[in-house]
Amino acid sequence: MAEAALDDFRRETRRWLEMNCPPEMRTPPKSADDVAWGGRRFEPSSQAQADWLRIMGERGWTVPDWPTEYGGGGLAPAEAKVLKQEMAALGCRTPLYSFGISMLGPALLKYGTEAQKKEHLPKIARGEIRWCQGYSEPNAGSDLASLATRAEDKGDHFLVNGQKVWTSYADKADMIFCLVRTDTSSKQGGISFLLFDMESPGVSTKPILLISGNSPFCETFFDDVKVPKENVVGEINKGWNVAKYLLGHEREMISGMGLRASEQSLPERALAHLGAEADGRLDDPMLRARIAAFEVRAAAFQAMSERFIDMLKAGKADPAQPSMMKYYGTELNKDRHELMMAAGGADALEWDSGRSHGGVAARSWLRTKANSIEGGTSEIQLNIIAKRILNLPGA
Amino acid sequence: MPMYWNEDQDMLADSARPFIAGNAPVSHMRALRDAGDSHGFSPDVWRQFAEMGFTGILAGEADDGLGLGHVEAGIVLEEIGRNLTPSPFLSTAVGAVTALNMAGDHIRQRWMPGIVAGESVAALAFEETTRHRPHRVAATATKSGNGFRLDGAKQFVAHGHVADVLLVTARSSGDESDRDGITLFAVPRDTDGVTADADRLADASMAARVMFDGVEVDGDAVVGEVGRGADVLDRVLGAVRTGAAAELVGVANGAADMTTAYLRERKQFGQIIGSFQALQHRAAHLYCEMEVARAAVLKAQQALDEGDPEAERHVHVAKAMAGNSAALAVQEAVQMHGGIGMTDEYDVGFYMKRQRVLAEMFGDADYHADRLARLSGY
Ligand SMILES: Cc1cc2nc3c(=O)[nH]c(=O)nc-3n(C[C@H](O)[C@H](O)[C@H](O)COP(=O)(O)OP(=O)(O)OC[C@H]3O[C@@H](n4cnc5c(N)ncnc54)[C@H](O)[C@@H]3O)c2cc1C
Repeated sequence: MAEAALDDFRRETRRWLEMNCPPEMRTPPKSADDVAWGGRRFEPSSQAQADWLRIMGERGWTVPDWPTEYGGGGLAPAEAKVLKQEMAALGCRTPLYSFGISMLGPALLKYGTEAQKKEHLPKIARGEIRWCQGYSEPNAGSDLASLATRAEDKGDHFLVNGQKVWTSYADKADMIFCLVRTDTSSKQGGISFLLFDMESPGVSTKPILLISGNSPFCETFFDDVKVPKENVVGEINKGWNVAKYLLGHEREMISGMGLRASEQSLPERALAHLGAEADGRLDDPMLRARIAAFEVRAAAFQAMSERFIDMLKAGKADPAQPSMMKYYGTELNKDRHELMMAAGGADALEWDSGRSHGGVAARSWLRTKANSIEGGTSEIQLNIIAKRILNLPGA
Repeated sequence: MPMYWNEDQDMLADSARPFIAGNAPVSHMRALRDAGDSHGFSPDVWRQFAEMGFTGILAGEADDGLGLGHVEAGIVLEEIGRNLTPSPFLSTAVGAVTALNMAGDHIRQRWMPGIVAGESVAALAFEETTRHRPHRVAATATKSGNGFRLDGAKQFVAHGHVADVLLVTARSSGDESDRDGITLFAVPRDTDGVTADADRLADASMAARVMFDGVEVDGDAVVGEVGRGADVLDRVLGAVRTGAAAELVGVANGAADMTTAYLRERKQFGQIIGSFQALQHRAAHLYCEMEVARAAVLKAQQALDEGDPEAERHVHVAKAMAGNSAALAVQEAVQMHGGIGMTDEYDVGFYMKRQRVLAEMFGDADYHADRLARLSGY
């Protein structure tokens, strides 16, 4: 795209955002509960949040680079990048967090039938339907392809029986994208990718409490759940390809978690809690040095994220790059929260006081420990890099 | 600007890569070292750099340069790093050219043609202490006739003993650590009162301790404005720090490529050692660190080329990140080679030595992390 046209787009975008983004939506979310996930049972935390989601959804800017016929913004990569930069410059919140956007959508765009795309993508874009991911099972974690949830062919439908685990927000989601076994004679080659409603008879969920004291994930049980045949994405027994493609997008999403704007940056928190010496340096030289070294890596990873997205959009990224992004980004985010805790000192240890906003520092710190587990562990990402990028044998 | 090379930059890399690997590979550096060469680089190779147009990458078209940017200079530097090519490219084609681009016509026209033609070499005489403190300048510039008299001592001056021109910081006013009052001079090395004693460093490169003892220069030798040399100095430092970071990316990749090749070929316990997960994970982690460093360096290069007001931050990040990731690369390289990695006969140790020198040059990772913290207000 020509520079001049892009400059025009930047100006128009800025003006539009200034006019349409409610002032309350130009500050970072106050807590993990203060972000919009959409769905049939969505309860906005404020009118501004509801408005912002609606306005952005109508414009397709919840998914700027999806085609307009599926509810997207139809933006070219360079335009989508400008939109992101301008939103960041104004401090606009991400209007919608959604597994539909970050995971299922890209997979449907690549593998879905026209009918599936028309049915599901616009509802994802507008935040009308909330999705959850049914991959992991009690005996299928890192070795995901060993999954055992059965889908029996009953002519016009499948009958699904089995159990998933660690299903994030299964109790809040409207629909699930689910890996099921349709053939027991082949490991990867016997898996299919199904979509179905969480309100279907036979689906039940049981929340699991995390070490953070929150309960964002569940055990999910399927007991004779009927799923129409047309809800298979891709071909029957070829679901593993869809699953892997989706995982790449999931990893990309998780890698960026540490880059999200939060209430306070690490140096800000440290200064607020510890104060500065006369020359302006943080009044704790060892912690200052650790924070400074961390901030170098964080800024470098920010550059890496920008580069990765640019390369991905231009078709120049190695297919295994998301593993690198996921590994590095999540390890970094864990380090960030270790330092956040150190910077907060004893204050950051409070678990439910009003002063600590319900222990947000400690709970966030604990939540980040999952980053290097969910979406495939760090060890699994390193295996993938060793095998696919470094061509090391037998990995 | 997207964060990857454009077509022209890809083409430059496609020509620089075989050219440098063909004309100045690691064996070239080894041969110079074994011959006890005290010049520090091959003037023939330097002239070939000029024939390729490399010397004029950052020079303007009015000076017969290519008028390109730091991304392009970095492409050449990465190959210099990968091949451990002894070269005055960083001090001359990046450092001095950046300074000369900010200098008056007279001084620019005096030095630029020789540099672009690959006939002249420049050295940067900034350091006075063993750790990088570029604004701590005790060397003095005292008014004398139409010009100045320079007195002081500099160290870690790469190519200082063979350079045609030395870019020197000296204090024309103020206290030792003031940013104001520094003046930058371009001093011909053969001026009376200049003595340069070169020492070989760990990586076999040559660096000089340069004495200025009552050196008389005229007013034309001032680069930029009297007392405001820090403005030029900071631009030069931005350029050479980014350049050194690009060279470090090359060093890291050279060492890592040797290592992954070795992991794919060496057998123990009846297996290729690259099939051991303990080594796979370390190699994969190293790969990530290097890719992140590469992105940070490209960010700094683009920021300098675009005149981004945040460029200084990006430069600190790039130099620190490149230094650290290259340190990991060379250490893992030696370890994963086992005994052979410790032998002089094998090249991998050269990468370790070069990394150490480049990491120290123009500020190490700690220096730059500290600067980044200061810029961020803590
Ligand atoms: C907060 C959270 C949310 C999640 N959300 C979802 C969700 O919404 N949907 C979903 O389907 N799943 C979800 N997961 C599950 C997640 O994907 C799995 O936990 C993960 O893939 C690891 O599987 P596992 O827990 O069975 O661990 P295991 O596979 O048993 O791993 C145990 C340890 O062994 C290591 N290990 C295993 N295999 C290897 C190997 N080959 N080489 C080296 N080391 C190895 C692992 O790295 C790990 O350290 C979530 C997990 C968490 C923590």
